[in-house]
Amino acid sequence: MRRNFIRTIVGTAVMSCLGVSVHAQQQEIRIGAIYPLTGAAASAGAEMRQAMELAADIINNGAKSVPDLPFAQGGGLPGLKGAKIKLIFADHQGNPQTGATEAERLITQEKVVALIGAYSSNVTATASQVAERYKIPFVTAESSSASLTQRGFKYFFRTTPHDDLFVHNAFEFMKDLEAKKGFKVGGIASFNENTLWGNETTKLQAKLVPEFGFNLLKQITYPAKSTQLTSEVQSLKVANPKVVLQSSYLGDAILSMKTYKELGFMPDMILANNAGFTDTEFIRTLGKDAEYVITREVWALDLTNRNPLIKEVNNLYFSRTKANFTGNSSRSFTGVMVLADAINRAKSTDPEAIRKALTETNLRAEDLIMPWKGVKFDATGQNTLGRGILVQIVDGKYNTVWPFAMASREVVWPMPGWDKRK
Amino acid sequence: MGRAPARNARKTVMTFEILLQTLASGVLIGLIYALVAIGLTMIFGVMDIVNFAHGEFLMLGMYASFWLFSLYALDPMFTLPLTVLMLFGVGVLIYKTVIRRIIDAPMLSQIFATFGLMFLLRGIAQFLWKPDFRSIENSIVNGGVNLLGIQLGLPQLVAGLGAVVVTGTIYWFLHRTKLGAALEATAADKEAARLMGIDSHKMFALAWGIGAACAGAAGALLSTFFPIFPEVGATFILIAFVVVNLGGFGSVAGAFIAGILIGVIEVMGGLLLGPQYKLAVVLVLFLAVLMFRPQGLMGKA
Repeated sequence: MRRNFIRTIVGTAVMSCLGVSVHAQQQEIRIGAIYPLTGAAASAGAEMRQAMELAADIINNGAKSVPDLPFAQGGGLPGLKGAKIKLIFADHQGNPQTGATEAERLITQEKVVALIGAYSSNVTATASQVAERYKIPFVTAESSSASLTQRGFKYFFRTTPHDDLFVHNAFEFMKDLEAKKGFKVGGIASFNENTLWGNETTKLQAKLVPEFGFNLLKQITYPAKSTQLTSEVQSLKVANPKVVLQSSYLGDAILSMKTYKELGFMPDMILANNAGFTDTEFIRTLGKDAEYVITREVWALDLTNRNPLIKEVNNLYFSRTKANFTGNSSRSFTGVMVLADAINRAKSTDPEAIRKALTETNLRAEDLIMPWKGVKFDATGQNTLGRGILVQIVDGKYNTVWPFAMASREVVWPMPGWDKRK
Repeated sequence: MGRAPARNARKTVMTFEILLQTLASGVLIGLIYALVAIGLTMIFGVMDIVNFAHGEFLMLGMYASFWLFSLYALDPMFTLPLTVLMLFGVGVLIYKTVIRRIIDAPMLSQIFATFGLMFLLRGIAQFLWKPDFRSIENSIVNGGVNLLGIQLGLPQLVAGLGAVVVTGTIYWFLHRTKLGAALEATAADKEAARLMGIDSHKMFALAWGIGAACAGAAGALLSTFFPIFPEVGATFILIAFVVVNLGGFGSVAGAFIAGILIGVIEVMGGLLLGPQYKLAVVLVLFLAVLMFRPQGLMGKA
């Protein structure tokens, strides 16, 4: 009786050991990725997807050309006996409702252990709500609406700097221009699209302009899916600002630039807030009419001379996609790497363990392809070591112009008029 | 709200010139709205089917212009007749393959059929040509002109004029040709027209062809200044419905006038009340028309 009992115990233990190890060898780490694969932001979605697939491929199969990148030795995550990363993509079409439904489907049916997404801040807001309810970690690598990390969520993490910081950066840049270059900046107008992101930015700009001692002439918000922006641009002309602070997605960014030209509106500077202005299509579509715009960025190709890792990883990406990284795709790539690092340290696919590992994240600048000081999350889930840069389009390329210490080019200010371009 | 703050008494204020320029821009975009809406109203007028895929015809017209431009370096202005012809073919083809089968189906099935068509055409465009934003650079219509002190984009001006020409042609066709009269007769009374020896299926196919061709023409005219992407139709279709409603379902002249009206109301409302209200102004008008004059400006009640 007793012997039988012991035999059963030992047998069960052996079996379960075998079972576990068999299980571990076949184990794949299922990560849900919610992105706009169709819809207005589909081109950005496609490039972010390619960047994330590159990250997963490096982790799973290795990349000899980038020995300094974490996990570049390949063979999956060492902390989980070489388990492979599997990204399961879902399409939110730019629709917050669809985003929430897809998050629920990924969690309940695809059994993902963590979620990453969703580019558009308003979709991230709803999708991460679902994740919070199911206690599944949600990492956003691109959504920069400041309010996302002010909701007291436990399972929400953001690697990218948020809008408050970016908007601050723009004002610091203008102060720097006045202090170090002796420029006079002049009256400011804000021109933002009217979803969550644009409205948050508008509010923050209204607060920061007087704080930094500038003069706010006008604030305009507009629907991103407009057939025309005539009345908006005419209102801008009436206000006659020297600087336009603009937040637009791709379609409306292109349309607004064309309308500026059509109606002969030319401020000293268009200081753009990323998104549409940093999409690969922006320069390709507008050609010389895109020149001299300054946009905040989290990444630029000319950062490669400061960090060889950026160059190496970009080469890999270029050989797959025939395009360079952008601020979006480099952040998506980084999002996957940060999540992989946490899962690796968690040594488990238990969402709670992954959450705990994420809170303990401490990546160095040298591990990243971003111009950040590292990745470390505060209690709200915000990465405190991120920072932005400002780039100016000159000769069809994005050139870092601020912080002045990282600049690869002197800033051109004011922009030459429409008729003074080659 | 839209007025310049008093302290900003600098170079530019809300001048007569800016009002006039905005008015002109409103008329020009309104002409495009009209052209899109005319195709829509025509299909509805002749066979009482609401074509939700109409914006996709516009999109196909834009892509046709784009590809002819980028592959063969043919300017959208020269290829306009070709684009119109192609879209005419697409319209007839869609009538013969899809619409013909649902003529006598309940209205809900008709709505779902054209709704499905919308997603199908968008999906095809996305699959074949990627979701990228494209645009035509350095078309022969480029830059701006100065008319009486008003700064206007040449592409917009040409598009507006083109829309007038196309609308004029349609109007002439409907009222001065035998085929046009047959089409009008079918629209007025299908059965009576059939008794007079008019083949209603032929007329339906013609309506779809012309309807799609109008959207194609609008697409070609837009392609010189509006970004081209698979979902571009969605941006215009909402306004086209408002135009059709305001002009009166089935009325070409009504759609023309309503298109211009909506364009002007949208931009002027945006300028005077604040740009954030521009769509709201248009949609309030839409509701008002539904409530007080449901047959529209020139509709047959």
